[in-house]
Amino acid sequence: MAVVLIVLPLLSGAAAFLLRDDAARRRLLLWTAWLHFLLTAGRILAYGRWGWAYSVAEGFRETPFWLPGAWEWFSFDAPGLLFLGVTSLLFLGAAHYAAAYLAEEKRDPGEKGENGFIFNNAPEAVFTGCLLLFLSAMTAVAAARHLGLLWAAVEATTLLSAPLIYFHRHKRSLEATWKYLLICSVGIALALMGNLFMGAAGLRGGAGLHLDGLLAGAAGLDSQLLKAAFIFLFVGYGTKMGLAPFHTWLPDAHSEAPAVVSALLSGALLNCAFLGVLRAAQVCGAAGLADFSGGILVLFGLASLVTAALFMLGQRDYKRMLAYSSIEHMGILAIGAGMGGRALYGALLGAVGHSLTKAGLFFVSGLVLAAYRTKQIKDVKGLLRRSPAVAALWLAGFLLITGTPPSGIFLAKFVILKEAVAGGRWAVAGVYLFFLAVVFAAMAKIFIETTFGEPAQEPERGFEPPRAMVRPALVFFVLVAALGLCVPSWLDAVLNLAAGAIGGAR
Amino acid sequence: MNTFAELTIVLIILLNMAMSVSGSLASCIRLAAAQGVAAGLLPLMAAGGAHGRAVAFAAFIIALKGLVFPWLMLRARELTGARKEIDPLIGYPASITLCLAAFAASAWLGSRLPLPQSGVAYIIPASLATIFTGFLLITTRVKAITQVVGYLVVENGVYIFGLALFVEQPLMVELAILLDVFVAVFVMGIAIFHISREFDHIDTDALSQLSDWRRGEEG
Repeated sequence: MAVVLIVLPLLSGAAAFLLRDDAARRRLLLWTAWLHFLLTAGRILAYGRWGWAYSVAEGFRETPFWLPGAWEWFSFDAPGLLFLGVTSLLFLGAAHYAAAYLAEEKRDPGEKGENGFIFNNAPEAVFTGCLLLFLSAMTAVAAARHLGLLWAAVEATTLLSAPLIYFHRHKRSLEATWKYLLICSVGIALALMGNLFMGAAGLRGGAGLHLDGLLAGAAGLDSQLLKAAFIFLFVGYGTKMGLAPFHTWLPDAHSEAPAVVSALLSGALLNCAFLGVLRAAQVCGAAGLADFSGGILVLFGLASLVTAALFMLGQRDYKRMLAYSSIEHMGILAIGAGMGGRALYGALLGAVGHSLTKAGLFFVSGLVLAAYRTKQIKDVKGLLRRSPAVAALWLAGFLLITGTPPSGIFLAKFVILKEAVAGGRWAVAGVYLFFLAVVFAAMAKIFIETTFGEPAQEPERGFEPPRAMVRPALVFFVLVAALGLCVPSWLDAVLNLAAGAIGGAR
Repeated sequence: MNTFAELTIVLIILLNMAMSVSGSLASCIRLAAAQGVAAGLLPLMAAGGAHGRAVAFAAFIIALKGLVFPWLMLRARELTGARKEIDPLIGYPASITLCLAAFAASAWLGSRLPLPQSGVAYIIPASLATIFTGFLLITTRVKAITQVVGYLVVENGVYIFGLALFVEQPLMVELAILLDVFVAVFVMGIAIFHISREFDHIDTDALSQLSDWRRGEEG
């Protein structure tokens, strides 16, 4: 099953490069996204409902007969399945958005220029092909059972998403692409060092780098080397995840990419990197070093939260503001993962909520950009009169992302806060609450200004967004709100199993 | 057998220093390639001789790092017309001092780390120093191509580090990692080509429009 899910987008990605007809290529994108989503959904329901759990036997069942031994490399456990599900759902929304977006760009190229720049877009075949290959690489990250392969898959996601950021062939997007490529590649090279340290830690016990071997032989790992391994893996994958102070590439890449790519980067790719960090924490937890790894996670999580809050104050670019909000949420996830136990459950729930909400917000930001042709906050005023539908979504997204109930994110933030207080971590709880308030204030100012502010001159006409570009955001927001009201039993089961598998500090 | 390996380590360290003072782009690319080849030869000199799989894999690595990468980068240099000097942000004396300091620090660090002892002297300090040199090239050089060279040097260092720790990864993982490095160089090469077309040069200090620190302007 895992192999099928990786190979499916791989093949259609290759086909997308070859197809000449634009309409056919867009259909291919949609069909692949739907097929991937349906297969994934079936797999997750089977897991959450009937406990079709990861095991060697399941590995055999999951593996096609023509690839013996593939279960060693790719198979799903609870955390992998959770992130796979989020990725697949996001990609489905992104595929619908992208199909409409590409059609728009085709009909009206050049004129989409923002701040007077004229875009000379990359060929659509490259864009669609890279999107599909990117999905394949992210699926491989979720399914990888060997830390070496996990590394290779994470690096592959960097390389495959770089052309996507550079879709608008423009100086600014080129700068963002270059920073993204270099900082993430070098960062991830450090994660490779971490893998080597991990291998050295298990050398005596013969643990290897396979996750099952590492977890089974965790007691025999050399704790000094394991600590070094965790630090390197944390810095490497933390760079990709956008934790401060390794986040410098993130606001650039997320603000310069097309909206649909920003949504995927923020909603799906950051999660993949988070999974890398979680895997390292999982091994540390099994080896009894959960206090060490948890301490690092909480420290850098708080640093990210503070950094994001400070940079959001006085932010002038609304896409950068959304990017900093992603850094903030990654910080919250790291804090939750560091505290472990129920807080880890909160962090995973937060990951689901953040992915859907932030992807929806980036989709809407693409519509705002289409309506105003600028990313400057000061030039975007009176969205409510210009386009009530977009304004409603824009405000709804704001309320959901800042964790106003009912929002799945509220639940996640609340669970993490409760755990911090219950664990007697008053300082963490205090900093966490204060800077969440700062973030709320900063974002509220921007969203209220853009929605209700008085425009300098009356807009000549309203803006009617294409239906297909509104629907994904709407569906995502409804899902997040529903998540805050009730977590379905199968999702609850997957979340609990995932939190249990990763463990962490108690 | 170990004597050859130790001589190779010395060569790798010397190549680090040569790269930190090299003034021409082409020679920097060739020095990095030579270092890649030297690193690729190392596993063949391991005590106990090499078996078939190791030889084939080493040949593959040497071909990639010694031929394909320098060819790609020299081609990028040709296409972008970046024949000039390397333009370091700091002077060459400072560069080599930093490189030597990095080596001294690595030697100290290598003796402190509780790593399994390998038969080859100085292999761990050499690998750490190579990684530092790579970072030096990335951070203190202006040209985009030199940053790619720096990335490759970091990769060389990590590879040597893996040899020193005896971490045997399965062939599939090794191949996946190499494929990634190959694609990385390829994609970065394409990006450099676009940078040169967009800015008429490949100095990365022009890439500074996006920042939250500059006030009062667009961006």
